[in-house]
Amino acid sequence: MRFSLPEASANAAQTDWLIGGLTAVSLAVLALVFGLLLFYVVRYRHNSPVVRGDLAEKSFRFEISWTAATLLVFLGLFVWGSVLYVRLYQPPTDALKIYIVAKQWMWKAEYPGGQREINTLHVPVNKPVELVMTSQDVIHDFFVPAFRVKRDVLPGQYETLWFRPDRPGTYHLFCAQFCGTSHAAMVGSVVVMPNAEFQDWLGTNGNDGTLVEEGSRLFIQYGCSGCHRDHGTVRAPSLAGLYGSPVPLSDGSTVTADDRYIRDSILNPGGQVVASYAQVMPSFAGVIGEDDLVKLLAYIESLGAENGG
Amino acid sequence: MPDAIAPHVDFQYSDVRHQADTAIAGMWLFLATEMLFFGGLILAWLFCRHWQQAGFDAGSRETLIAFGTINLVVLLTASLTFAAGLAWIRLGRTRRLVQCCWLTAALGMLFLMLKSIEWYTDIAGRLFPAGAFKLTGAEADGARLFWSFYFVSTGLHAAHMIAGVGLLCWLALRARQGSFSAQWHTPVEVVGLYWSFVDVVWIMLYPLIYLIGRGA
Amino acid sequence: MSDHAQTAADDLTLAQPSYLEDGVTLRSWLLSTDHKRIAILYMVSITVFFFLGGAAAALIRYNLIIPQGALASAELYNRLFSMHGVLMVWFFLVPAVPVTIGNFILPLMLGARDLAFPRLNLLSWYLFVAAGIAVVAALFAGGIDTGWTFYEPLSSDYAQGHVVLAVTGVFIAGFSSIATGLNFIVTIHRLRAPGLTWYRLPIFVWSLYSTSVIMVLATPVLAITLVLLAFETIFHVGVFDPRLGGDPLLFQHMFWFYSHPAVYIMILPGLGVVSEIIPVFARKTLFGYKFVAWASVAIAVIGFFVWGHHMFVSGQSAYASVLFSMLSFLVAVPSAIKVFNWLGTLHKGHIRFDAPMLYALGFIGLFTMGGLTGLFLAALAADIQLHDTYFVIAHFHYIMVGGMVSAYFGALHYWWPKISGRMYPEMIARAAALLMFVGFNLTFFPQFLLGYLGMPRRYHSYPPEFQLLNVLSSAGASILAVAYLMPLAYLTWSLLRGSRAPANPWHALGLEWQTPSPPAACNFVVTPVVTGPPYAYPTSEARPFDA
Repeated sequence: MRFSLPEASANAAQTDWLIGGLTAVSLAVLALVFGLLLFYVVRYRHNSPVVRGDLAEKSFRFEISWTAATLLVFLGLFVWGSVLYVRLYQPPTDALKIYIVAKQWMWKAEYPGGQREINTLHVPVNKPVELVMTSQDVIHDFFVPAFRVKRDVLPGQYETLWFRPDRPGTYHLFCAQFCGTSHAAMVGSVVVMPNAEFQDWLGTNGNDGTLVEEGSRLFIQYGCSGCHRDHGTVRAPSLAGLYGSPVPLSDGSTVTADDRYIRDSILNPGGQVVASYAQVMPSFAGVIGEDDLVKLLAYIESLGAENGG
Repeated sequence: MPDAIAPHVDFQYSDVRHQADTAIAGMWLFLATEMLFFGGLILAWLFCRHWQQAGFDAGSRETLIAFGTINLVVLLTASLTFAAGLAWIRLGRTRRLVQCCWLTAALGMLFLMLKSIEWYTDIAGRLFPAGAFKLTGAEADGARLFWSFYFVSTGLHAAHMIAGVGLLCWLALRARQGSFSAQWHTPVEVVGLYWSFVDVVWIMLYPLIYLIGRGA
Repeated sequence: MSDHAQTAADDLTLAQPSYLEDGVTLRSWLLSTDHKRIAILYMVSITVFFFLGGAAAALIRYNLIIPQGALASAELYNRLFSMHGVLMVWFFLVPAVPVTIGNFILPLMLGARDLAFPRLNLLSWYLFVAAGIAVVAALFAGGIDTGWTFYEPLSSDYAQGHVVLAVTGVFIAGFSSIATGLNFIVTIHRLRAPGLTWYRLPIFVWSLYSTSVIMVLATPVLAITLVLLAFETIFHVGVFDPRLGGDPLLFQHMFWFYSHPAVYIMILPGLGVVSEIIPVFARKTLFGYKFVAWASVAIAVIGFFVWGHHMFVSGQSAYASVLFSMLSFLVAVPSAIKVFNWLGTLHKGHIRFDAPMLYALGFIGLFTMGGLTGLFLAALAADIQLHDTYFVIAHFHYIMVGGMVSAYFGALHYWWPKISGRMYPEMIARAAALLMFVGFNLTFFPQFLLGYLGMPRRYHSYPPEFQLLNVLSSAGASILAVAYLMPLAYLTWSLLRGSRAPANPWHALGLEWQTPSPPAACNFVVTPVVTGPPYAYPTSEARPFDA
């Protein structure tokens, strides 16, 4: 049986402090409420001889005091929780990026070096990891209790989650959004290992080629290079140095070319058209699966600013 | 003119006035719930349109604006005829009320008939969002979603119209029996509120369906 | 009213047959527009649904005693918890107090002879029954496996059960809810007895009013959400399904826009009941009446703006989450105000421990625990850990079962003499209340720990290290089951063999106690006139009140 949960990530201790603070406040309030309750029902039971005397007529002072005290404590807890939360939405830029594709009822992980695994995630200790996740069918949820992290995994878009494991070990991975018959079986492990071991693991598990290599092959196979290379017959936006830079759109707004933007451009090109370009790109929805999308993304991200591939 | 039959006062009310005002209050509250119902639909519509504007516009261009506009005129006229009926009974002219009720009901039936023809034409033109759809290409998804909203909203509105026409017929029959007088005609006011609301919903749906996106 | 006039009115009233004697055929019951009879019809219906949902819960807890799941089939388990949720939410908790106690007592408390629209009231019961039939039919046809929350695209494209049938049942139940709420609001505005100003109304009326406002404004949004869900499921179009161009988060926003206020529909009447019971059994006026009254309204209003706290990890924007978190902390403040005011009422009172009071005291403790654990979930970073785990399940069961079901039983016992004309057996009732308190805590407290340790909800099987806590929880559930069956037995027994109840067995103030037990069909022969505030129990020792 277990009564404690390991704190295996950098933010785990902070989340535990917050939960501890909430517990302390709760215990204090419960002590007050239960204490008064028990005290009153004993002291003021109907056949007790205690003299009640005159009763407080004005309640206003009490009402304002306990309302104000409550509000103050709640405000403190709110700020505390929000600050920690917002940090979890800001992954560091040097994070190791791993792609996760969820489907009924398994987790597929793909590393930049092309390594793949099912229901297990190997990560190095003390390095930030950013998961870029999508689902092939219904909404799932990636939950690692020991890291105190959780995020819904949606079909049709990417969600990110980041953590920095700080203790080697093997930890539960659960799907935490009901997803059908074998929801309870959609579990796995996150294996945190020292960096040297992790590099070994990467070496022995790589097979087909890195994601970038695969992506460059698919870039040609799916016909992207026909328009998005220099000297293409159709005028298409250059992809060199695209990843991470601002893109002006035809409606006057500007977006940053992140994973989501590139994925949406492949699957729904008419949704956001680059300024000064005609919308002629066909949609690849239903043509390119999630696994291949991940490889194309890795390839496009790798394109430097020189010659577009 | 026959003598008006005294209205029955339920035992929990102190007098006729009390009961009449309560009935009207109840209908206003019911209309508030209907506003949340259609309001939720329209908000969802606007939200979806925001993310798929091109598709929604493409879908909107396929709507039959002639039908929609004629129906708008029909419904506005129907509100006019009912208001006339209400004005007549306030003067105690029961026969005029009966005529106005039947006329309003007939206009309602005309609306429903035109709507059916419009639906038939839409479906025959492969505009029902399921299965083979008229539009293909990048805008197809958004257009399908537009047409989903079209069928859901006009279907729900039609259901409310049918209920309204039924109420109008009931009202006409009761009026013929002489139930209403210049002093008491609460059911006419209550049905009037409902009928006006059904009209207002169409006034809100009309631009959403036929106008927005058409000029794009 | 002068003593002479009161006596004359009493004589007239006593000469009336009670509402139970006024017609004994089945037809007179099934076509009755008497709010008291409709309340009884509802009471029978929701009892059936409560035990049906409870049977599902028993099987759920049975499954969880071993890690692999004692019920071999995960599919069966998924359908059980889905049905448990649908039945308990829409067919027990949402109607419970309003349609039984509310229908019966509200007109009496207002000094009225019936609700504003008695035929609408009867219609609402028939809608409720029709809805129940649809849902039970879905159950017998194999059930649904989507959870009571019907998340997309699971429920439109991947579900294996009878989603459209179940959703139709819920849709119809929504209309029943709207009809009841509408009736109550209009009645409270228009049928109060002379002299009964808003600040003289019992708190139960304030809480029913707030509940009804939520019913009337939130339920239509559920209705349109379910219409769109059904349309999408039947015709395979993409309102919410991303593969067909829709947005799954739109479903969540629309669903929770209703379903969060819905939990206030469920709890507000219970809060009102406790505010009625405490003053009577502490023999003291309610402390801070105006604050308690407006706290109900505040909960109803703020409750409309917190729905996003169900979606902190859903992919909604962080800014939205921060806003919803702040509002969620805010909505907890009026509930805290109520708890402090109840304690203030107990202070220097003369406290009796009859069964209604035991349930009310239990409510204060369990509701406070449930409410405090809500703060854990409102705190964003803590919610990341606790969302979709057993912590959430424990939290809402503390409020709904520890709170609301206790309040329902408390109300049932408190007004039982008035409703049935019989007294229930006091000592057995107290034993059942205590057993319920013990069984409840044993069932649900371990679940807080399970949740923190990471056990997700809706799991048919689980890692072995969670077994001890699960076994404790299931053991508690078996005690709880006994504690629920006891009132079913002795309350039924009391209908046949219980001692006849006097008009006012608790010596309570309030217009409903000025009628015989059970009341006449028309409630009041002479309309009462109200001249003072509620809960006007004596404030000094010089004039002790009770017998």
